[in-house]
Amino acid sequence: MSRTPLGLILFHWLFALFMLAPLVVVVLVSFTDKGYIALPFDGASWRWYRAILDATDFIDSFKLSLGLGALSATVAVLLAVPAAMAIAWHRFAGRDAILGLLLSPLMLPPIVLGIALLRLFTHIGATGTLWGLTAAHTVIVLPYVLRLVIAAATGYDHALSQAATSLGASAWTRFRRIELPQLLPGIAGGWIIAFITSFDEVTMSLFVSGARTATLPVRMYNHIANTIDPLLASLSTVLIVLTLILMIILDRAFGLDRVLGGKA
Amino acid sequence: MNRTPYWLAGPGILAALVFVALPLVLTMALSFSPFSNASGVGSGFTVTNYVQIATDGYYLAIFRRTFELALLVTGICVAIGVPEAYVLSRLSPGMRAVSLVIVLGPLLISVIVRTLGWTILLGNEGIINRVLLASGLTTEPVKLMYTFTGMTLALVHVLVPFMVLSVWASLQKLDPATEQAAESLGASTATVMTRIVLPQVLPGVLSGGLIVFALAASAFATPAIIGGRRLKVVPTTIYDEFLGNLNWPLGAALSLVLLVIVLAISLGANRYVERRFRQVFQ
Repeated sequence: MSRTPLGLILFHWLFALFMLAPLVVVVLVSFTDKGYIALPFDGASWRWYRAILDATDFIDSFKLSLGLGALSATVAVLLAVPAAMAIAWHRFAGRDAILGLLLSPLMLPPIVLGIALLRLFTHIGATGTLWGLTAAHTVIVLPYVLRLVIAAATGYDHALSQAATSLGASAWTRFRRIELPQLLPGIAGGWIIAFITSFDEVTMSLFVSGARTATLPVRMYNHIANTIDPLLASLSTVLIVLTLILMIILDRAFGLDRVLGGKA
Repeated sequence: MNRTPYWLAGPGILAALVFVALPLVLTMALSFSPFSNASGVGSGFTVTNYVQIATDGYYLAIFRRTFELALLVTGICVAIGVPEAYVLSRLSPGMRAVSLVIVLGPLLISVIVRTLGWTILLGNEGIINRVLLASGLTTEPVKLMYTFTGMTLALVHVLVPFMVLSVWASLQKLDPATEQAAESLGASTATVMTRIVLPQVLPGVLSGGLIVFALAASAFATPAIIGGRRLKVVPTTIYDEFLGNLNWPLGAALSLVLLVIVLAISLGANRYVERRFRQVFQ
């Protein structure tokens, strides 16, 4: 392969600068000792990190988002694994329609699903409830899990299942000891993408969360709508650092482009 | 008949029917309900909401702005995302790993955090303006917050990783021998790009463009924060009708119009791509 032209390399670094700039300024601003956002500033301090500890509403929302992400990702896995086995391993009437239905949240603008769920939840009195929020998050993360588990199930060699059956394994033993381990990489990748998607989701959550069930992005959005202060920057920096750690783990375990391939 | 697949997929189907299909049907019904400021949502059937959207210049302007924004964002993402994916594929493995984290990593970071970064960069006292003033390119701060330009910049940042990812995926399938063959036959870099690489990654460009377009047209948080109350797009208008004016029927009608347009464009373009590039997908 010939050398990459210098112009392209230069373009690459400009592109990287463009991608990094907004994140870098957030991190820089978070160390200000002033009460407002300004760059450059004179004194560096941990003032706005100490302020996070006093912002109990943000901490509560952070815990809520962590729990909600874990719960909805887990429920989505429980729904997606059998559905993926059906779709990848069986030919049946309505298979394409069922796949389309399960993937449909990917095609829906989150704002549309948000108002639609608000409409349903006001009918049944579920607005702002934790279970309503969990159900909403489960259906929007389900497609990510489903696609990755289907991908893992597609290469499965059915001779393994037949061998297990002929050796006297029950259907459950066959699933637990033979099939599930084969699907595990897809399940793990899917769970993580589902967790992150749920944790970051803001638009739909604005409609289905209540005052006591405000997720972290919802609380941050409502805060930005009123005022932009360095507290948001220090909170964001914490999120950036946590994401970076997760990213490194993901890259080591699966390869970042492969995990994110499930997202696009 | 084998019932197993239906039992396996049943719980997932039930969840999607109750929490996706049913809410959409209810929203459709809502969009045909009358509304008055005095009594709220009434009963009965009316097409007033749709007539209002189709005839009121205020809403037409918002729809036009939304799709102009989505088109512009898609165009810029193609223009910078395609070359970036190409460079990525030619970097050394170590460099590529770092670059992938920089380029794709932001996908994992909350849109709120990324948009907050842009509000810091774009303000009148923001860094972009400081650099512009210091370099003497302008004598007065350029207004970027609450402008179409600012919204476009921030949305490109949020969505361009999808384009890179999509083109990257089709570059992976590309046989480097075709490039080498062209080079050994004396083709210039530009010729290799336009005659060898681009035609093969075109499906990736088109499907990436579709994703970016659909996401740009339905984006809420970034336009809401950067565009503010005055520079409205369809999603921020829906939000205001629902949670501000409490005119749910009009908000529902706006949602369905947005949904139908986005779906029609996505499915239409998808069908075109599949027919046009059938041999590439095989």
